[in-house]
Amino acid sequence: MNDNDCCSVFALLSEYLDQELAPATCEELEEHLRGCPQCIQFVQSLKRSVQLCHHYGGGTAPPVDPEVMAGFRRAYEEMLAKRRGSHEKTPQV
Amino acid sequence: MPGEVKSDAELALNLLAGDEDAFTQFVKAFHARLSQYSFLMCGHREDAEEVAQETLLKVFESIDQLRDPSRLKSWVFRIAKNECFMKRRKSVFAPMVELSLDDLRPGKVNDGEAHRIEIADWTALPEDLLLDTELQNALTRSIQELPEIYRSVVLLRDVEELTTEETAEILDIKPDAVKTRLHRGRLALRQCLDHYLRTATEGGQA
Repeated sequence: MNDNDCCSVFALLSEYLDQELAPATCEELEEHLRGCPQCIQFVQSLKRSVQLCHHYGGGTAPPVDPEVMAGFRRAYEEMLAKRRGSHEKTPQV
Repeated sequence: MPGEVKSDAELALNLLAGDEDAFTQFVKAFHARLSQYSFLMCGHREDAEEVAQETLLKVFESIDQLRDPSRLKSWVFRIAKNECFMKRRKSVFAPMVELSLDDLRPGKVNDGEAHRIEIADWTALPEDLLLDTELQNALTRSIQELPEIYRSVVLLRDVEELTTEETAEILDIKPDAVKTRLHRGRLALRQCLDHYLRTATEGGQA
């Protein structure tokens, strides 16, 4: 195991996990990992940390307040009316 | 249920067509995730709810200006990001902090003849984060403590799972900067969680 190799690998780990490395670089990195249990351990912890973010859910959000919902609906309907106005020649009575 | 899930493009087109179901589905799908994003970005529940509401209002007011319906999600998050930045200006301004790779490397332990790295036992973590409230809280704190330039990237790339290009567009930075910040942000988050896991184990909780 060579410390410099560990450093080079360390700099590339996110691209490795995201499968964005060029095939030759990826091959070299995996070659290093095969002989370096410390780097394997580290990659696994980083991968797990990213997975935790993917599954992040801060609990169930409270339902939208009816008044707020009415505000959304008003904005939505005004946008639709404006859109219809700009698309249709016949004026609305 | 899976059959009911519409693609972003379909949802945007249905919204523009005045489809009532699309309106309800949109609020349902985006309100919770926008509150979550803003909470992690701004750090306060009240700010988060306000940002989510203001973002949705702006979306409904101006969705007719969305040029490419397939980019609905990144368009919405760009509005949310701007709303979060407005909030930030009103609160304490955090100076820009840059993380160096050297600070994010694990420490070495001299264990007799062998050299080990200082690392927690990550294999003991539960599969489902929701089963472990302590861990969920630790993750929330760790994300919120990331310096802003890293937090904004980690949230969009790893929590919202947007692409590098979408993230770059939302944050007005180059894709390469997204990659660099993502890597450092992930390493910092890992370091924070590793520290949490080690102290939890020492306390006999893990």
